[in-house]
Amino acid sequence: MMYAVNIALLLLLVLTAASATFLVKELMSSVFILGSYSFFLALVWAWMGAVDVAFVEAVIGAGLATVLFLITLFDTAPKDSRLRRPPPPLAGVLGLPLLGILLLFAANDLSSFGDPTSPPNVHISPMYLQQSYADTLTPNVVTSVLMDYRGLDTLIETVVIFTAGIACALLLKEPGS
Amino acid sequence: MKQMHDSIIVQTMSRLLIPLAQLFALYVLFFGQYGPGGGFVAGVIWTTSMILTFLVFGLKSPQGRLVEKALHGDGVGLIIFVGVGGLCLIGGGEFLNYANLDIPGLDAPARRYTGILLAQIGVAVDVAVTGISIVLSLAYHDTEQEYDV
Repeated sequence: MMYAVNIALLLLLVLTAASATFLVKELMSSVFILGSYSFFLALVWAWMGAVDVAFVEAVIGAGLATVLFLITLFDTAPKDSRLRRPPPPLAGVLGLPLLGILLLFAANDLSSFGDPTSPPNVHISPMYLQQSYADTLTPNVVTSVLMDYRGLDTLIETVVIFTAGIACALLLKEPGS
Repeated sequence: MKQMHDSIIVQTMSRLLIPLAQLFALYVLFFGQYGPGGGFVAGVIWTTSMILTFLVFGLKSPQGRLVEKALHGDGVGLIIFVGVGGLCLIGGGEFLNYANLDIPGLDAPARRYTGILLAQIGVAVDVAVTGISIVLSLAYHDTEQEYDV
């Protein structure tokens, strides 16, 4: 049952992404399809147990990014937001399926999901899971890793967001005002 | 986007939804230590509520002026975050080691909780102000120019 739901979710993901890139002739529709793509991706994250990632994906990918795209599109003329699709070059038509087959071949070497003996699960995760409460007295492991073990990391991420905001304000500021 | 939205349905629903979104942002912020969420998500939810505010009521309304005032808080979030780290240094420990927060009357878990909560508030304020400033500068960029269709 869960397996079928999973397959259906992944199929929806691929379909929305494909329709956003191939079928739609207007940028406005593309933006909405990308928003729904983010929602499906959030469902996939939630299904895999990464609730925090799903939360951020739903809020940022489907919420804020869609709003930013829409507000940008309001400033463009309709002739700019219609998509002209020239026929794809031959190298792309032949090369992309080849690349896909290569990636599928390489995906065989990835460890399977939830495998307790895979390298990421034996390196540092057990230490966090076993000792984080004794070390940080915080019941949620994700928060203790994010804000306590790697607090400096989060601080620098905040600096990155701050810098991005300053750069956007400088770039988009009208010369007169 | 400059004036108030003229539909009464949109206005009424926004009056209902904006405080709800902000309440949910606060819940995510304060519950972040125990469940999914945290400062980043809370800041973005707060941003979306502010965006709804100035899209529906316009920037000239009292609520819209509040959104514009929020831009003056650029950098305050970072100061809060770094300030928590500095307080830990003053308390005699490492930077951002919340156990060394020198607040009298708090035991170790409460110190950790206070430190993480203050840092999350810093992240939330920073993300919210950044989001609002990006959206405002995008929305009010070149609005005077007319395009022929």
